[in-house]
Amino acid sequence: MKKINSIFYLLLIPVLAWLLISIVVPHLDLLFKSFRFENDDGLMVFSFNNYLAFFEDDIYWLTFVKTALYSIAVTLLAFLVTFPVAFYLTKVVAKKYSRFMVLLLLIPIWIGELVTLYGWMILLSDNGVINQFLISSGIIDAPIEMLYTHFSMTIGLLYMSMLFMIIPMMSALDSLDDSLIEAASDLGASKWTIFRQIIIPYTVPGIVSGGIIVFMLVIGDYVAPNILGGKSSLWFTEQIYNQFLSTFNWNEGAAFGFLLLLLSSSIVWLALKLTGQKLDRVGS
Amino acid sequence: MIRTLPNSPLYAIGYRIYITFFYLFLLMPLVTICVLAFNDSNFISLPWKGFSLDWFFANSEDRLGLFADDELLLSIWTSFKTGFVVALLSLIIGTIAALLFEQEKFRFKGFLYFLALTPLVIPGVILGISILLTSTFAGTYIEENFAVDVEFLRPSFWLVVFGQFSFATTYVMLLVGARLKKFDHTLKEAALSLRATHLQVIRLIILPFLRPALIGAFIVAFLISFSNFNTTIFLVGSDPTLPVDLYSRIKFSSTPVLNAVSFMIVAFITLSAVISFGLNRKRDL
Repeated sequence: MKKINSIFYLLLIPVLAWLLISIVVPHLDLLFKSFRFENDDGLMVFSFNNYLAFFEDDIYWLTFVKTALYSIAVTLLAFLVTFPVAFYLTKVVAKKYSRFMVLLLLIPIWIGELVTLYGWMILLSDNGVINQFLISSGIIDAPIEMLYTHFSMTIGLLYMSMLFMIIPMMSALDSLDDSLIEAASDLGASKWTIFRQIIIPYTVPGIVSGGIIVFMLVIGDYVAPNILGGKSSLWFTEQIYNQFLSTFNWNEGAAFGFLLLLLSSSIVWLALKLTGQKLDRVGS
Repeated sequence: MIRTLPNSPLYAIGYRIYITFFYLFLLMPLVTICVLAFNDSNFISLPWKGFSLDWFFANSEDRLGLFADDELLLSIWTSFKTGFVVALLSLIIGTIAALLFEQEKFRFKGFLYFLALTPLVIPGVILGISILLTSTFAGTYIEENFAVDVEFLRPSFWLVVFGQFSFATTYVMLLVGARLKKFDHTLKEAALSLRATHLQVIRLIILPFLRPALIGAFIVAFLISFSNFNTTIFLVGSDPTLPVDLYSRIKFSSTPVLNAVSFMIVAFITLSAVISFGLNRKRDL
């Protein structure tokens, strides 16, 4: 029996070290620091001031609420845009093309957010490809202002997150037996009925795990709101960023960070509860 | 509706148009970057002024091409180094974690596994600031009490490595774990009954079985590290990684050299994707 124990600890100790040093301790520290506040005498004391500041200043909690609602909306949008694609790739297109088409979906993911969103910046600017195309084809006379608006920010958030939704949905759809759809169709069900009663219920696990990944990416994103969004499109991560790297009020920043963590994990928890899923499935 | 069922032509054509638009949306920014990297202009966008390789090779007063821009080359090199170290570290710990969770039974396993998955649902920004806070605190504490300045606890190359490692490990664990689920346990039992030690089983049977997954996980971890921005930005010291450098250039001084770098990244990723696609197909045939 002793042999089994030694190998077990050999595996356990590095994993415990990883989880404790890089996940557990830093996040406990984040919580702890968010309650530290420098009082008038210059001493660090325990206080709720960092959280009070959040509620007292409209811009902070308004940005917070806006970020939450916007992220949910982008997640829904990502579902609407990508579901037909996931369905097409698994059920409609001939198998010999689908592998290549799936490969194309992976390329933007691996290229990375910064480069692809930079591409969107070029596309959407006043001198950009889309405006120049519209002007030269005579549809418009003057460039439409698209960059640094909510529109460009939404495009950016959608673009960098939506592909992460297709893949879990595809793996759910892949295991859906075609004969179920054929049987329903033979029995006279309309497309809409098949879609609502067979396809969607069957794909729910994929939709939920994809949705959670998209939501987390969007709510925690900094690049799209910052390089594509304008001055009006404040994002909560930008507030955290400012507290840390511009005003150097780290304790306030820690409070903001903890609030964001609380918000995102409670929404994820709610989504899992409502649909009866487990976090384990999100990973796979 | 599906392959085997007949469709009205209108539905089929409409569907195909939608998919075409989707792929157009997907590829438009990439194609734009690739074309404009060769534009003979001092601005990142249109109009097209003719073909030129200036943004790769020029070294004149108003044009500094990619291969003449030492700062940019240095940040690319930093990213490669970071990616390699992160991939190696997370491959080791992630594989150990996969072995632990797939093969062993112990108390609090469910809770530990949950903890190991949390990096999937912690925004990168939060991970960055927590690690920054803790390492700064630890650094100050050590300096005040032991008068030792621990360099890697301040924003630096190693702190970036540590931050990226903390979540890349989760992805390695999932990828390797997925392959390990397919492992035939009778092989292990046979080896053990032939008096192999547990370590020998891991080294001689399990690791060779995992080889394709290990290679895949290494590449994934490298790419995660190479393109990470959200966590890295808080931990980066005086030597920026490529995404951090690109970000500050996009914000403050964008020249078409950005298009040239982006082109290189797009080309590199696309080429590797096509090669791996070709290899996979050959194996299937």
